Amino acid sequence: MSTNIQKVGVCGAGGTMGAGIAIVASRAGFETACFDTSMEVLDRARGQTEGFLGKSVDRGKMAAAERDAALAGLSASTDMDALADCDLVIEAVFEDLGVKRELLGALDGICKPEALFASNTSTLSITEIAAGCDRQDRVVGMHFCLPAQLMKLIEMSPGVNTSDEAFADAWAWTEAAGQQPVTTQDKPGFILNALLVPFNNDAIRAVEAGVASPTDIDKAIKAGLNYKMGPLELLDLVGLDTQMLLCEAFYPVTLDPRASAPPLLRRMVAAGHLGHKTGRGFYTYDDNAMFGG
Amino acid sequence: MGYVIKKQGESRSFPEGEAFLEGASSEGDIVLHLGTPFEPDAGKTAVLVELEMECLGVHTGENAGLEGSNALGFARYRNGDEAPSNLIELVRQPATDDSAIAAARAIFEAAGFEVAVSADQAGRIIDRLVRPKYNAALTFLDEGLATADDMDMTCRLGLGYANGPIERLEQGGLAHHFDVTKALFEVYGTPAYAPGRRATVAKQRRSAE
Ligand SMILES: NC(=O)c1ccc[n+]([C@@H]2O[C@H](COP(=O)([O-])OP(=O)(O)OC[C@H]3O[C@@H](n4cnc5c(N)ncnc54)[C@H](O)[C@@H]3O)[C@@H](O)[C@H]2O)c1
Repeated sequence: MSTNIQKVGVCGAGGTMGAGIAIVASRAGFETACFDTSMEVLDRARGQTEGFLGKSVDRGKMAAAERDAALAGLSASTDMDALADCDLVIEAVFEDLGVKRELLGALDGICKPEALFASNTSTLSITEIAAGCDRQDRVVGMHFCLPAQLMKLIEMSPGVNTSDEAFADAWAWTEAAGQQPVTTQDKPGFILNALLVPFNNDAIRAVEAGVASPTDIDKAIKAGLNYKMGPLELLDLVGLDTQMLLCEAFYPVTLDPRASAPPLLRRMVAAGHLGHKTGRGFYTYDDNAMFGG
Repeated sequence: MGYVIKKQGESRSFPEGEAFLEGASSEGDIVLHLGTPFEPDAGKTAVLVELEMECLGVHTGENAGLEGSNALGFARYRNGDEAPSNLIELVRQPATDDSAIAAARAIFEAAGFEVAVSADQAGRIIDRLVRPKYNAALTFLDEGLATADDMDMTCRLGLGYANGPIERLEQGGLAHHFDVTKALFEVYGTPAYAPGRRATVAKQRRSAE
């Protein structure tokens, strides 16, 4: 698939998603400008990127020369002017409507008029984010999966004012970058989280209702449906606080009762049982080993 | 531990030819009813009843949350017409004997099955959890959120599932999904279990055949 895009900017490139998205772009041969608010996070991401691409070479997934070219094409700056000549700017900054709108407003002032803006938001409306700038027709939703450098899927969504041409250009870029786009709508959770978040809530409610233990629920879902992970293991990995944020973003918009935070989730978050990261969630973890499974 | 099978008609859990059927003895401490009426037998370690969508309480009776004995329900999870999975959902009541659960688990695990213990609630574990998700996928399809292929691909690539919700529904049969969700809706009454439009259409067409 051909694309006119040559230079890609990534905002929030020192973060988890931004660093992965920058790898996707540079690995596919695009000149990639990484932007964040501190050089420290950008340097850390650079180190992680070198390590990741080094492993890709060791595992025979890419040639050493390709790695060197990808790294040579990656630049980093805390000065937004470095993004002025980008054809596509992907934002993966904090999940905050005000922050994202302000960012797009500022980018609008310095980027070429024809440049495309893409948002990696998980919970916000593309249309609302786009309303922060004067090129709403050139803003698209481009939702990568974690970890972006390994996951091919991208959920693509147009905002109310996005032009067909801009959407097609952004789509063509994702294919040129070796990704697998799917079309969806600017609705809470797009496809993946719209299916997953309520499903995970239902699993929490089943625990609370005494239907079965977390272990039995996860075992049933894995053995009966061939899922790689059960919903409660997955929640512990993602973080119960993250699930809570997803619920609080989706439920007020959709009013779908399944998307509302279950009482047990609220209590566990309040008690600091956030999953893996605090050593306790639906399971207990000690030195990274999983108990109760 | 030996188990006795009392069987009438085809079992959804153990179709003809299953090794588990062959493993039964003429005498044993565990009795399994596959399509035969439940008969209490306090002299056994466990008496198991194969369930379809109904609760174990339908067979044993209930007593204000104090019910429970050596009687257990079970069903091997099966998505409609698809081949049965390797999972046995073992159904207990509040006061079910631990020794009955342990004995039932032992015979199933010895035969190579995975066992998950569930309370005696409609839909047990899997149908209770996946049917609302399949309903949501049917609604998304009707509302144009994504095509069936894109929804399935999103689940495969984004979540690592072997197949997506629409594929699952087609493999198991939309009319089967209707039957399961209708049974769950009767018990729970929440919109999440109301049979999706496409499942209702499939059921109506089947009924008209
Ligand atoms: N983490 C996930 O699983 C995931 C998955 C898909 C999408 N997302 C979305 O990706 C985005 C980023 O999430 P994350 O988990 O990578 O967060 P993160 O906190 O790891 O990274 C955010 C980065 O943005 C930077 N930043 C914040 N404000 C900025 C600004 N004004 N200008 C430039 N840089 C700024 C921060 O310094 C940080 O490095 C969010 O919109 C989130 O919803 C996250």
